[in-house]
Amino acid sequence: MLDMLCFLILFPLIAALLMLILPNGNARDIIVKIAALITAAGSVYLFIETFGKGIRYVSIGNGTVDLIVFVAELVIALFIIAISLKFRKYIVTALGAIQLAFVLYLEYLMHSGVLPAAGELFADEFSMIMTLIIGLIGGIICVYSVGYMRGYHEMHKDVKDHRKLFFFLIFLFLSAMYGVVYSNNLVWLLMFWEITSLCSFLLIGYARDELSWNNAFRALMFNVLGGIAFSAAILYIVAVIGDFGYLFMDKLLASGSAVAIIPAALIGFAGLTKSAQYPFSSWLVGAMVAPTPVSALLHSSTMVKAGVYIIVRFAPIYEMTYTGMALSLVGGITFLIASAVAIGQSNAKKVLAYSTIANLGLVVACAGIGTEAAIWAAILLIIFHAVAKSLLFLSVGSVEHQKHSRDIEDMTGLISEMPKVSVMMLIGIAGMFLAPFGMLISKWAAIVAFIDAMKPFGAVYIMIIAFGSALTVFFWTKWMGKLIEVRHPKTPLAREATPQEMFSLYFLTTLTVLATIFFPLISYDLIIPYLESLGSAVPVLLSSGDIITMFIMTVTIVLLPLSMAYFSNGRTIKGQYMSGRPVDAELNFSGSLGRTMKTDISNYYIEEYFGEEKNCRYGIVISVLILAVLAAILVYTFTSGAVL
Amino acid sequence: MIDTATASAFFTSGISQVIGALLFILLAPLVGGIITGLDRKITARMQGRVGPPVLQPFYDIKKLFEKEKMVVTTAENFWVFAYLVFIVISGMLLFANSDLLLVIFALTLAHVFLILGAYSTGSPYAHVGAERELIALMSVEPMIIVAAVGLYMVTGSFETYGIIVSSTAPILLIPCLFIGMVYILTVKLGKSPFDIATSHHAHQELVKGLTTEFSGSTLGMIEIAHLYELVFLLGFLFLFFGLAAPLIGIVVIAAVYLLEIFIDNAASRAKWQFVFKGCWAITLVLGFLNLFALYFVR
Repeated sequence: MLDMLCFLILFPLIAALLMLILPNGNARDIIVKIAALITAAGSVYLFIETFGKGIRYVSIGNGTVDLIVFVAELVIALFIIAISLKFRKYIVTALGAIQLAFVLYLEYLMHSGVLPAAGELFADEFSMIMTLIIGLIGGIICVYSVGYMRGYHEMHKDVKDHRKLFFFLIFLFLSAMYGVVYSNNLVWLLMFWEITSLCSFLLIGYARDELSWNNAFRALMFNVLGGIAFSAAILYIVAVIGDFGYLFMDKLLASGSAVAIIPAALIGFAGLTKSAQYPFSSWLVGAMVAPTPVSALLHSSTMVKAGVYIIVRFAPIYEMTYTGMALSLVGGITFLIASAVAIGQSNAKKVLAYSTIANLGLVVACAGIGTEAAIWAAILLIIFHAVAKSLLFLSVGSVEHQKHSRDIEDMTGLISEMPKVSVMMLIGIAGMFLAPFGMLISKWAAIVAFIDAMKPFGAVYIMIIAFGSALTVFFWTKWMGKLIEVRHPKTPLAREATPQEMFSLYFLTTLTVLATIFFPLISYDLIIPYLESLGSAVPVLLSSGDIITMFIMTVTIVLLPLSMAYFSNGRTIKGQYMSGRPVDAELNFSGSLGRTMKTDISNYYIEEYFGEEKNCRYGIVISVLILAVLAAILVYTFTSGAVL
Repeated sequence: MIDTATASAFFTSGISQVIGALLFILLAPLVGGIITGLDRKITARMQGRVGPPVLQPFYDIKKLFEKEKMVVTTAENFWVFAYLVFIVISGMLLFANSDLLLVIFALTLAHVFLILGAYSTGSPYAHVGAERELIALMSVEPMIIVAAVGLYMVTGSFETYGIIVSSTAPILLIPCLFIGMVYILTVKLGKSPFDIATSHHAHQELVKGLTTEFSGSTLGMIEIAHLYELVFLLGFLFLFFGLAAPLIGIVVIAAVYLLEIFIDNAASRAKWQFVFKGCWAITLVLGFLNLFALYFVR
C-alpha cells in the first residue's frame, strides 16, 4: 500500500526526468509508451489491491520530506516571479511575490511547532476513482501524444521542437496529480497543486509564440491566485486555529463546519480557479492553443479535475451553509452560461472547452450543496466527463491532422471520409448528453439532488439545470448532425490516423461504453462506500427500477444498428430535393447568366443570443457578485464566529 | 373517486407494469389515430369543409407503406426507425411506472434521432428543418423537466404510478406548471403557430422542412411515431390529475386538445425566435414561481 502510493507519485517523476535526457526518436517513443503502460498498470493494481478495504493512511514521518516540500514550494514561487519578470507580466510577478511571502511566513510559523507525523498520504474509494482516471486516461493520452506530436511538428514547421520538455511536463503532471489525490497533509497538497499550475503554464505556452505565452500567463495568473487562496487556508489553520493537526485533511474534514468553514471556503475558491469556473474560465478557453493532447489532459484527467476533486472532498463542510451555496451558485451559473456560449462556437475545441467548463460547473454546483445525493452526482459527473471528454479531444485532434481544420463546419459528412473516427466521435458526443450514457445519468442524479437543496433555493437550481440541459442538447446535436450530413458519399480514407492515435481512440471508446454499462457497479462498490465513510446514512440513490429502465435503453441502442441490414436492401436511391435540378453531386445549381451557384449549408449559431463576449461578460459579472457575497459571508464568520 | 389503497396495491405489483407497457404498445396507435382523425374532422368543420373519415390517418399510413421505398441515403431509415423505437420506449416506460425524468430523457433521445435522420439526408431543406426542430426541442425541454420536478415535489414520487395514486390531484398545487405544459404542447404537437420545423398545413415556405426527404414507409414510421407521441403527451398531462380526479382530467385534457385545434386553425406560423423566447419566458416565470411557492406549501 505504502509502496504503491509512493510508487505512483515517484514513478512518473522518474519517467519525467528520463524524458529530459532522451533524444527524440523511436527509442524515446517506446519508453514513453512503456512508462505510460506501467503508470496505468500501477493504477489498476493499486485499485485492485485496495478494493473494498475502505480508507487507509500512510505515514512517511520524516522531516526531510517536509524540507523538500518547502524547498519545492520556494522554487516554484521563485520560478514564477522570474519568468513573469522576463515576460513583463507584472501582475503575475506580484501574485508570485505574495505566494512567496506566504510560503516563507508559513515556514516561520511552522518552524516553532512540531507537525504530528501521522498519515501524510491516504487513499480511499474516491482517491481510487481518481487514480483510475489519472492512470488510464492520462496514460492513454501519453500514448496518443507520441504519434500526435510527431505529426504536429511536421505540420507546424515554425514551432521549435521541445518534445523533450513536453514529455517531461506530461509525466510530471501525472506525478503531481497522484500527489494531489493522495495527499492528506495540506502543505504537501499545496505543493502538488502548484506543480500542476506550473506544468499547465509551460504546456499551454508550448508553441512559444505571443498568443501562446499570453494565454499561458493568463492561466498562470488565475492559478497562482488560487494557490494564494490555498496558502491562505493553510495560514489560517496555523495562525488562527493554531492546531497543526488540522493541517491534515481528514482531521479538518472531521472537525465540521464550525472549525473548518473558512479554510474550506478558501480552498473551494482555489478549486474554482483551477476548474475554470466563471470569472476565471477564460484561461481554459485560451489553453486550446496548446497541442491537442495537452487540451485532452487538462480537460479530462488532470488540472481541472484537481479543482473539482478538492471541492468535492470538502463538500461535507459546505453542506447546509451559505458559503457552500455561494460556491455552488458560481458553479450553477457557470454551467448555464458556458452551455449557452458553446452554442455560438463553431471551433470544435472551443465547444469542447465550454462544455468542460459547463460540466465542471455542474460538479461544483453539486459539491457546494454537499448532501450525499449531490456528492454522488458530482463523482459520477467527474467519471463520465473524464472518459467522454478525453475521447472527444483526441478524435478532434485526429480529424485536425487529416482536414487541417478544427472547425465543425469542415466536418460536414465526415462519416463518409473517416467512418471509424466519426463513429467514435459520435459515441463520445452521445456520452456527453444522451440517455442512456453516463453524463445523462449524472444529470438526472443532479436534478434529484437539487430538489432538496437549501430550501427554497432548490427551485433556482432546478431552473438552472432545466435550461442548461436544453442548451446542451442543442449544441451537441447539431455537431452530431454535421458529422453525418453526407451530401454525396466519398471514399473512406485508408488510414484515418496513426496506429497510436487509433489505439487510444478505441481504448477510450471502449471505456466510455463500459462506464455506461457498469455504472451501477461503480455506484455500489465505490461511490456509496465513500459516502458511507463520510459518516451519515446514505439514501437509496438508484432503485432497481431505474437500473432496469437504463438497461432496456442500452440494449435497444446496441441492437438498433442491426436494422441497417434490413434498410439497406431494396431501396431506390434518389438525389435530394432542390426545387429544381442541381448541376452536380455537391448540389450546386445554375444561376442566371450561366454562373454555377454554390450550395452551402451551415449550422445555426444564433450569435445574437449565444454570443461569446456578451454571455461571458454576464457570467463574469454574476460570479464576481456571488464571490463578493461569499467574501462578506467569510468576513462575518471570521469576526462573529457564527457559521452561515 | 377510485379507492386509492386498492389502486396502489395494484400499481405496486410488477404485473401492472407489464400490462401498462403492453397496453401502450398495442392501443396507443389506435387511440392516437382516432384522436388525429377527430382532429382532422374538427379542423375541417372549422374551415367549413366536410373533412375526411375519422379513420383516415390509418388509411394514410397504410398507403405510405405501399409506396415505392425511395430514399436519399439508406442511413435515413435507420435514424427514423430509431426515432420510432424510442418514442415507443419512452411511452412504454411512462405507462410502466418508470422514473419520469428517465422517460423524458428517452423522449429527448428519440427526437435527437429524428433530427439526425433529417441531417443524414444532406438536403438543404431537411437541414433547415432539422435546425428548427432542434430549436423547438430546446424551447420545450426546460418546461418538461420543471413539470416532472413539480409532480415529484407534490406527490413525493418520480415514478408514474406513484404520481397517479396521489390522494390530491397535483394540478391543485401546480396549476402554473400545467398551463406551461399546455403552452409547450402546441410546439410538441407541431401545431400552428409553433409548427416551425415541419407542418401538416399547406402553407409551406420550407417545403416540408424536417420531413422533406422522407417518403413512403420512412414517412409512415414518422406518422406512427406521431400517434404514439400524441398518446404519450396526453398521458403526461393526465399525471396532473391522476386517480384523484380521473374524469375531470379527461374532460380538461379533451378541452385542451380542442383549444389546440382551434389555435392551430386561427393562428399563422410564428418566427422561431418568438417560439424560443416565448417558451423560455413561460417556463421561467410560471415554472419558477410555482416551484418556489411549492417549497412553502409542502
